[in-house]
Amino acid sequence: MSATTEAPPRPAAKEPPPPPAEPRRLPRWAWALIVIGVWILVWSVTKGQDTLAIAAREHTEVQDKLTDFRDSVLASRDTNPVIQFTYQLGEWFKSLVDWFQRMISIPDFPRPVPQIGWVGVTAVATWIGLAVAGWRIAILVAASFVTFGLFGYWSDSMDLLIVTFVAVAFAVLIGMPLAVLLGTTSRIGNSIINTILDIFQTMPTFVYLLPIVLFFGIGASAGVVCTLIYAMPPLIRIAGHGIRSVSGTTIEATDSAGQTRSQRLRKVQLPMARKTIVVGVNQTIMAALSMATIAAYVDSPGLGQPVLNSLFKNDVGGAFVPGMLIVVMAVMLDRSTTAASEASEKAARGGVDMRQRRIVLALTAIPVVVALWMSRYYTWAAEFPETELGPKLADKVNSFTDWFVDTFSTYTEWFKNVITDYLLNPMQDLLAESPWYVSALAILALALVLGGVRALIPTVICLWGLKFFGLWHDAMITLNMTLVGTVLVMILALVFGVLMARRKAVDLGLRPLLDAGQTIPPFVYLIPMLALFGPTRFTAIIAGVVYAAPVAIKLVADGVSGVSATTVEASRSTGATAWQEITKVQLPMAKGSLVLAANQGLLYMLSMAVIGGMVGAGALGYDVVLGFSRSEEWGKGAAAGISIVLLGIMVDRIARAAADKDEVTHNPAKRPWWRSAMG
Amino acid sequence: MRITRNGWMRARPALAAACLALVVAGCGGGSINEETKSNEEKQAAAGGDCGELNMAVNPWVGYEASAYVVGTVAQEQLGCTVNYKDLKEDVSWQGFGTGEVDVVIEDWGHPDLEKKFVKDKGGDGSATMFGENGNVGIIGWYVPGWLADEHPDILDYKNLNKYAKEFETSESGGKGQFLGSDPSYVQFDEAIIDNLGLDFKVVFSGGEAATITAFEQAQKDKKWLIGYFWEPQYIHAEIPLEQVKLPPYKDGCQDDPAKVACDYPETPLNKVVSTEWADGDSTGVDLVKNFTWTNDDQNQVAAYITADKMSPEDAAKKWIDDNQDKVDAWLGQ
Amino acid sequence: MTTVSPDETTTATVGADSALSVRHLWKIFGRGGDKIIGTPDAELSRAELKEKTGCVVGVRDVSFEVPPGEVFVVMGLSGSGKSTLVRCLTRLIEPTDGDVVIDGEDVTKASDSQLRELRRNHTSMVFQHFGLLPHRQVIDNVAYGLEIRGVGKKERRAKAAEVVELVGLSGYERSYPDQLSGGMQQRVGLARALAGDPSLLLFDEPFSALDPLIRRDMQNEVIRLHEELGKTMVFITHDLAEALKLGDRILIMRDGEVVQIGTPDQIIGAPADEYVRDFTSEVPRSHVLTLKWVMHEPNGDAGDGPVLQSDQIVRDAARVVLDHHGPCRVMEGDKLVGVVDDEDILRVVVAEEEATA
Repeated sequence: MSATTEAPPRPAAKEPPPPPAEPRRLPRWAWALIVIGVWILVWSVTKGQDTLAIAAREHTEVQDKLTDFRDSVLASRDTNPVIQFTYQLGEWFKSLVDWFQRMISIPDFPRPVPQIGWVGVTAVATWIGLAVAGWRIAILVAASFVTFGLFGYWSDSMDLLIVTFVAVAFAVLIGMPLAVLLGTTSRIGNSIINTILDIFQTMPTFVYLLPIVLFFGIGASAGVVCTLIYAMPPLIRIAGHGIRSVSGTTIEATDSAGQTRSQRLRKVQLPMARKTIVVGVNQTIMAALSMATIAAYVDSPGLGQPVLNSLFKNDVGGAFVPGMLIVVMAVMLDRSTTAASEASEKAARGGVDMRQRRIVLALTAIPVVVALWMSRYYTWAAEFPETELGPKLADKVNSFTDWFVDTFSTYTEWFKNVITDYLLNPMQDLLAESPWYVSALAILALALVLGGVRALIPTVICLWGLKFFGLWHDAMITLNMTLVGTVLVMILALVFGVLMARRKAVDLGLRPLLDAGQTIPPFVYLIPMLALFGPTRFTAIIAGVVYAAPVAIKLVADGVSGVSATTVEASRSTGATAWQEITKVQLPMAKGSLVLAANQGLLYMLSMAVIGGMVGAGALGYDVVLGFSRSEEWGKGAAAGISIVLLGIMVDRIARAAADKDEVTHNPAKRPWWRSAMG
Repeated sequence: MRITRNGWMRARPALAAACLALVVAGCGGGSINEETKSNEEKQAAAGGDCGELNMAVNPWVGYEASAYVVGTVAQEQLGCTVNYKDLKEDVSWQGFGTGEVDVVIEDWGHPDLEKKFVKDKGGDGSATMFGENGNVGIIGWYVPGWLADEHPDILDYKNLNKYAKEFETSESGGKGQFLGSDPSYVQFDEAIIDNLGLDFKVVFSGGEAATITAFEQAQKDKKWLIGYFWEPQYIHAEIPLEQVKLPPYKDGCQDDPAKVACDYPETPLNKVVSTEWADGDSTGVDLVKNFTWTNDDQNQVAAYITADKMSPEDAAKKWIDDNQDKVDAWLGQ
Repeated sequence: MTTVSPDETTTATVGADSALSVRHLWKIFGRGGDKIIGTPDAELSRAELKEKTGCVVGVRDVSFEVPPGEVFVVMGLSGSGKSTLVRCLTRLIEPTDGDVVIDGEDVTKASDSQLRELRRNHTSMVFQHFGLLPHRQVIDNVAYGLEIRGVGKKERRAKAAEVVELVGLSGYERSYPDQLSGGMQQRVGLARALAGDPSLLLFDEPFSALDPLIRRDMQNEVIRLHEELGKTMVFITHDLAEALKLGDRILIMRDGEVVQIGTPDQIIGAPADEYVRDFTSEVPRSHVLTLKWVMHEPNGDAGDGPVLQSDQIVRDAARVVLDHHGPCRVMEGDKLVGVVDDEDILRVVVAEEEATA
């Protein structure tokens, strides 16, 4: 029985016959066009009826109920045990932040300066950078800290760092167990958690800012809590996804060795998902920084305060400088956490000589200790010397803005009018000026056509919710702006995403700009945009596009460059032109990324609805700001916030269902596994 | 690790030099210990009879001017520890009850908040109305100066329909655009337009910054614009704005929000404080009680902050130095 | 390897001495799958059942016994349910119905902790895609099973080092999986399975992802290990050659069902149906068949040709038969069972050459 037989079996003979060709049907886009056509017909005879428009200060019964509810909670604040508890928690956050502040950012009375001055803080931070991520990062950290001081925002920068640190620390503490839950529960549990996360991520912060103040108090506590709430979902989602995507074979292999659940989690899932978890933490830090300005509305310390203050004075330059420093901080933290993760992996793999490393760290610690000591006893080392750099840059930015506005306002006016007259207004007429039941039916029909029955149920629920909360007309206007904005975002994403994927140089040049676009507070560029476009819906759309485009561009770029090189090569070998290569190979193959980009673009646009409300876009955004500004309108603001969430979930579910449906027609085998990949 | 090590080796001489330089320079630096000691002495001398003063800073420059002038006086001349808190109005009022806010120095009238927090209005009593601060709020319909110059008759509401077409924008749906303002403010413009039969539509700018930018651009580029605006506001010092005459305000004409057809009343601005703080024995209480100044005073300080780009502290100090007599009156001297 | 002669019963004697015994095992994927067994629906074909209930049959009423020390190969095309079957053995996939008994313990009725105990001490599995922990060195991957049993670090590393040497990976203890070639990674997988000193080794297509030369090395490695350690093995493969090379007995599956169980020469010599025949048609029969399958009845006198054993493989006996003029005697033990002549041998060998030509 030592014979070797080489002949393989013949599996080919057993292949089933090819499936019968599907009967020819109208493609989905044709059905969608038919729906829209019918809608326009109906609209032309019914427009203006039952649009459910309500005036700026009118409210519905439901909205009044919400206000009453808020009032009753407020009235019970001295007796309500929950509030008592959360308030204590808030006090505790506050004293934690305060302790850090007195260490490094504000005078610790009776000292005229903090316990540790800028030289000491910079030295320690640089040393930490060196220890966890190597000398490149150390230099980046040192340069960033010096930049904070040079531009005159040392203590605001430290404050933001502290609030971010505390918020992210608690986000990880609370978020990781939830991520584990998300990563290990069944699909149903998953979709419940995901829906909750969707709500947290799309609910405008202004809606819960007032309740947070009620529960946690003003200042750092409210800042930490609202940052925490906003920043946690990315961690839960990404880390949960990481845990879930740990190779099934490895899980099975280690299960077969008889491990317990907790061994599986500790020894297999968490270590293997480590990289993804770091990405999650990273995204959480970025999200926390993007809350800086909003948190400043409730007196949370940090760089958001000067941004906001300059906004009130219409001082673009004054807002730009601290805004830019937020970007600097974001880049510093992003690169450091990524590099630290890589370095620790390298160290774990024995790529580092531990003894040598200890010697280097010990030796470099000496000047750090000296710097610490000096920053406690010498004024120049304790307080960052004042420079003219900040104000000078602010002036430059101001004069540049003026020049830019003067030079381009005629062209931008034209551009604004074209988009408004030919895209924005006609679509809004259709969406918002149809009777509500017509629009609702049309949206349902579109959901059915695009996403099938699976999209229908969430759409019904969301539309019902929109009607219930009484802001139908405003919701349709906001939906319209979001759609138009997404179209613009996708145009940018396709052009720049493809360019970036095909030209390395473009990618290198553009990425930092995209990072900046994502992290710079919108308040910085609102005023120049207002000057260019006036307080209009278009301004709001452009502000949203600036915020949403970077994500979409990155997704498209990554998707296109992820297309298998072999396939591209194969197409090139057939003599395809660059244009054919892009349109027939790269884009179709990156379709998943395109859908994801459009989906994220939509949600990001929607999350800017409130900012839009501050620059003349009206609709739901304005209602939210109104609710935040006028006590008696809180219920309307909350209703608007909920409506934004409903819009977000509706659009998202339709998009996902549409994407899945597509996948099914092409590759049925993939269906069950594919769903978790999105979001 | 070799890279790190090399990098460090190269950096070592530089670090050493830097350390040396720091030590040498350190000898010339001021002594933190001395200042600490003097702070301790100052604190002992002040006797702590003012304590902490939590001053809400609502988000507009005029308010900031008032807040910092009062705050600076309290700090410099009464030895209070003043905490400025950047907050919107609603949040400020909520803070009275929790001890996080002691003073709102400029209140434009919030009947709803009063109902919740002021005792004799039926509230929980955490807030106390503390009298007028001397500023008078003027709210109304404004147009940029150039428009008033070229079409003087526009300053009467009766002629507005004649120009409605000119005010049309991409947002106003075929009618003239009336620019509503920040949602924080009391606004009846939709009702006024309806009830006066004007061919306008209110488009809300959504924020003060948006409104100010719109008026600035309108004046600069000679664009047609009419909208809700108010005084005191620092921008009046930079660009001319003219008020459009509406039917004059009479008592009660704004009682029913749906039927308003008259101009806004002049609003004396109020001080509101935390009841608990006001009942305490802080020397700051009398200062806030006595504080009163004019629109011109406030505009002056606001101009220091916006036009001269001074920090609010410096602006307040400058005004106090120039007006010690007024300050003395607040201090009861 | 032991060769089981064709007339031994294919269903090995049921008893406590089996290393593994599987009885009427079912796995039906989909909701309500457990309610189908025992109903007429259970008789439907896979496609019909899917059409009717949405459930998919993975394993349909499979029974077999594996005596200690045997290499038992389960073979089938992809989708035949063989991977599902092997996972049901240690309940990595929960079987819908039936019994699995390993070393006398009923796996299907074991509690969670009993199941863990079984997985830790009695069985180990080697996977097609290795399933190594990328963040651990080879030595710690190998020691993983011991680690989760709570064996101390020093002890488990010492044990792991032994096994690493056994599979020929000495010198790579400190490497990480991604620094090794596929074949070496699978050696790590093998070492990990052996480290716990299990009585039953399960292989799920362990060499399918490897290229042919490496695959051959690894097969020889398994044969060597089996000779050295004598473990009972259940080996899943879709490669008939591999099955014939390694298996003492082979179970052929199709659509979740057992088509045939038998020794390699039984499978080749007496295929159960057209499916198996077609499947095995290209196998060089002379490499598998024993003389038993080619001999004929002696026409009266068996003559005095050389004596061959009936379980000798045709190829090995060919030289002797062809060298000798006239028939050779085929004996089973001392008993004459038949004779073979040149023609018998050539019929097998030549038919093959024609087929491959």
